[in-house]
Amino acid sequence: MFNSIVMVKQVPDTANISGKVMKDDGTVNRTKLPAIFNHEDRVALELALQVKEKYGGKVIAVTMGPPRASDVLRECLYMGVDETYLVSDRKFAGADTLATSYVLSEVIKKIGNYDFIFAGRQAIDGDTAQVGPQTAEKLGIPQITYTEEILEISTNRIRIKRKIDGGYEIVESTLPVLITVLKDVVDPRPFSSKRVMAFKSARSVMDLEKLAEENSLLYIDKLIHEYKEKNLLINTFTMDDLNLDVQRCGINGSPTKVHKVESVVLKGGNQIKIEPTKTGLNHLIDQLMTDHIFG
Amino acid sequence: MNFKNEVWVFIEQRDGKPADVSFELLCKGHKLAQEMNGKLKSIVIGDGVEEIAKETFRFGADEVLLIEHPSLKNYRTLPYSRIINDLVKTIIPRIVLFGATVIGRDLAPRVASHTKSGLTADCTDLKVSDVKYLNNEYPKLLLQIRPAFGGNIIATIITPDVPTQMATVREGVMELIPLEKPNEIKITRIEYKTDPVDELVQIIEQHRENNKVNLKAAPIIVAGGYGLSTKENFKLVEELAHTIGGEIAGSRAAVDAGFVTPDRQVGQTGVTVRPKLYIAIGISGAIQHRAGMQESNKIIAINTDPEAPIFDIAHYGIVGDATEVIPSFIEAYKHKLK
Repeated sequence: MFNSIVMVKQVPDTANISGKVMKDDGTVNRTKLPAIFNHEDRVALELALQVKEKYGGKVIAVTMGPPRASDVLRECLYMGVDETYLVSDRKFAGADTLATSYVLSEVIKKIGNYDFIFAGRQAIDGDTAQVGPQTAEKLGIPQITYTEEILEISTNRIRIKRKIDGGYEIVESTLPVLITVLKDVVDPRPFSSKRVMAFKSARSVMDLEKLAEENSLLYIDKLIHEYKEKNLLINTFTMDDLNLDVQRCGINGSPTKVHKVESVVLKGGNQIKIEPTKTGLNHLIDQLMTDHIFG
Repeated sequence: MNFKNEVWVFIEQRDGKPADVSFELLCKGHKLAQEMNGKLKSIVIGDGVEEIAKETFRFGADEVLLIEHPSLKNYRTLPYSRIINDLVKTIIPRIVLFGATVIGRDLAPRVASHTKSGLTADCTDLKVSDVKYLNNEYPKLLLQIRPAFGGNIIATIITPDVPTQMATVREGVMELIPLEKPNEIKITRIEYKTDPVDELVQIIEQHRENNKVNLKAAPIIVAGGYGLSTKENFKLVEELAHTIGGEIAGSRAAVDAGFVTPDRQVGQTGVTVRPKLYIAIGISGAIQHRAGMQESNKIIAINTDPEAPIFDIAHYGIVGDATEVIPSFIEAYKHKLK
């Protein structure tokens, strides 16, 4: 039996930017981008679920983000996780990777009892690949990044094939260990329709609080109790639920600051236009021969 | 704030061979150190790597911190990060640079976390400048410049309130310019004290291929993007490259779609190239891709969308369908040069 915690993230879909999200000046309107499940994290989740199926144990999904990040936790439930945790507080906003990994490592310590922590190598909104290793460092456990395949798990060891520059290596680590995975390692399973039916009404404490605010007949404590009884509660940690140093959270705990941002304006340019005709292409090749690039 | 006015570059070695990116970073580090009137130090870790240590003086190092031990032969996260953590905490350098390689991206965050330093990944430029931030004046900060948010913005990141500023940079981004006269060799050996914690992860075996694709050295590169739609169409890119003697490359989208292997990816998260000729086919030209090829001597863009941003930086633009333009191009080329 091995217990896994999977760190997942909801990200803006920066890869598929269409005309709809462009402002008139050619820059991207970020609020209009759809929020999606970071793909590599979904791959990490699939690996964790496969470990569970093969060896038994529990899979817990954790995400840090705004309240709406509970969307990805519901998706985790549809895929097969046993428990979910939403870590959300305004005081966590503006966190860089250092502050994020601090909060996540404290959450993981509080959940406890894990053999593996899985995460995608990186998230598409920042591409930093830093939160995994930084969380491992804060927990004082080894890390295996760029995982391509889990080869073998024994009582207290795991053997993994990982990418290195120009090839691969096989490493063996003691447990617990944090593992980050590459995007093509396994295909994430589709949602189980049975589980979608079962968990589509899973809610975080924040969702329930909103519900209680909107309807005076509902009492928050009772709601939480009910959802917990029905196994539909997305566990929720705010600043108050965790024993955190506020100076290490959110923007306060983030050494990196954005000093300047320049929007990349996408608009037509002034290159030499070549007609896609025989004459046009002949002219281009002549030009490149004159420049001593061809010939 | 208490720190030493030093720029450090972690010198990465694989099988005892230094990584190009480390020497490129030394060249940049040399400039940064001059701008802040500081010293440039290389950090060399391994077993029998004194020659690598000596080589770094050709690229501007003023001093090498050399740590050698048989168990340090191959990079492993735990011992390497523990060594650098200790060095950073004792000496407190102002800047530490790492290659944005698998090793650098494994090591740098671990060190930044332990030393509570700021770390910016995949910078495309680094500068030293006085900065005014939130009404405070900060002399000679490191400006860490990188595309962000899917490449739709270029962000300048600073870490004003911590003593050590850290960054990773991709291979090929900084220019390799050896000094005319190498610096005098000054090697400081640092003893490695073994610790059982360093042995939690063991390397069982390692495989590296020597015939690695070398896009950086190719004078002509033909790159295809997602605009080609299918792997079948991507074959046209290969055909054109073959005809004109170029290397095949692709955008991140083309790699993600499986048209081309990841070692041929050009851009911020791939390789940065400066060929004599770069032909971009069906590549829209997101900033991350442009970051990897805009220094090319001549750029030809072929795209169906006349508004595609790739045309902004192209010297020659062809608006048209690649499946028609490429065969005509090949035919015209063969006709002219054969």
